[in-house]
Amino acid sequence: MKTRRIELPLTDGALDGLELGTAVYLDGVVYTGREGLYKRVLDEGLEPPVPFRSLGNANFHCSPAASVNDDGTYNLGAVTATASFRFSRWLSQWFGMSGCRVVIGKGGMTEEDYRAHFVPNGAIYLSTVGYGTGALLGRGIRRVIDVHWLKELGIAQAMWVLDVENFGPFLVESDSRGNSLFEREGRVINRRVDGLYEGLRQPALKRYGETTSRSDEVV
Amino acid sequence: MIRQDVIGEAALEIMRRAAIVIPEDYRSGIRKMVGEEENELSRFVLEAMCENWDVAEEDRRAMCADTGLPRYYVKAGNEARIEGGMVALEQTLRRATAQATRDIPLRPNRVHPLSRIDHDNNVGILAPEIEYSFEPDTDWIDITTVHKGGLFGTDYRMLFPGDGIDGIKRFFLDVMLEFGRRGLACQPAIVGIGLGGSKDTAMAIGKQAACLRVVGDRSPDPEIAALEKELIEIGNDIGMGPMGFVGKSMVVDCHIEVAYTHTGGMPMSVHSFCLSSRRAVARVGADGGIAYRTDPRWFTPYHRRSGVDWEAGAPALGAAVAL
Repeated sequence: MKTRRIELPLTDGALDGLELGTAVYLDGVVYTGREGLYKRVLDEGLEPPVPFRSLGNANFHCSPAASVNDDGTYNLGAVTATASFRFSRWLSQWFGMSGCRVVIGKGGMTEEDYRAHFVPNGAIYLSTVGYGTGALLGRGIRRVIDVHWLKELGIAQAMWVLDVENFGPFLVESDSRGNSLFEREGRVINRRVDGLYEGLRQPALKRYGETTSRSDEVV
Repeated sequence: MIRQDVIGEAALEIMRRAAIVIPEDYRSGIRKMVGEEENELSRFVLEAMCENWDVAEEDRRAMCADTGLPRYYVKAGNEARIEGGMVALEQTLRRATAQATRDIPLRPNRVHPLSRIDHDNNVGILAPEIEYSFEPDTDWIDITTVHKGGLFGTDYRMLFPGDGIDGIKRFFLDVMLEFGRRGLACQPAIVGIGLGGSKDTAMAIGKQAACLRVVGDRSPDPEIAALEKELIEIGNDIGMGPMGFVGKSMVVDCHIEVAYTHTGGMPMSVHSFCLSSRRAVARVGADGGIAYRTDPRWFTPYHRRSGVDWEAGAPALGAAVAL
């Protein structure tokens, strides 16, 4: 396995020779943001609580297991990503507004999304591993720098700004040309799919909306 | 009389254990898979998960930040007497959930489905779920908590008797592929299958099969046990591993639970208990003692009984049940 340590904010040089499936560890600042944040900023047009560019360029699709102590400090235990494909519809606006270049999440997005939105913005997608290396990632967080919109969005959807060190592992899911590791692996797996069903009779009743192609993805 | 303060202590402690310590049966199952997995990426994922469990225990932090939808299963002995009755028990379990969410911490996942209001404590309308089962001739209560993610890896289908075992296998494959891609089911999973009952029963027992039976456990019904083993093989022969990468680590175990169903139907549910298969159990005795373990022992012969009346030690009617 190839391994790479990358400093945030991401710069062009970091993308050189970065191959799909490389294990990546991050140093610098990442901030969490998911549908709660996107809805407020992109759908409702609210002013971001802080200029995104001032936080660097790494957006983590994540909700931490965290609580707020009585003295206002934070108790942050584990962090794990949430499935990213649900946020696809905000991508076109998001990159322009945020200057984001690293999206960290679960499950990746489509090659179509990578080529339409990520590549033109010099952005890559890093996938968490497992899923659920929550404790390992929790260990990589040096401190909580700030939390925005905690009251408005709740702990799970708030924007957590995190100072991280040797934060990982992540896997390179999309490269600078918009290729997807998941889609590459899926294409190999799909070659066998028809054979798996061979000799098994179809059920009597089909379901509404059922796909007849066994290589279709949920994403 | 079982005191509420003891129940509260046990209910909080199992939340902590579930969130932090991977059950040994699941850990051993995955370690075995690491040894057999030939694909480098798939092996890397499994090794990272094993390391993650060690770190969770060392640091006393949750193994996965998606601490799922924390819930309880209560099995009460017929002779158990609970201080304040069942209403007091439920209050204690709700309080323990809120306290666990703040103290461990757990992710406050529970929100109202429409308003999305989050009390930040995993408590709300019908949350946490508390399911009950009873056991004759004893005076303890077993409290089990399960933290299972709630979004992917589960599906339901109404099959019909004519669809037969082929129908079961097809739907099993459908779900493995549907949620295995990109690893949405967080496999390798303990796959639980519910067969029969009403639709809601099929869903409930499938989930219990995934969450309340340990890796290595086989159904006492030989026919069902054989199907469990066959489905494990089918799952691991798909060619897919963790995160949907090429590999062969998909199903760490498969458990099937059945319920008598409509004569015209064969409802089936499939559930995947993930790489953070979190469950912990406390037995609270009438003497105030608490004994912790990770095997819920939910499906007792009494729980699976088939006849009208229950006679201790008697085999269930109409099914081959090992004693």
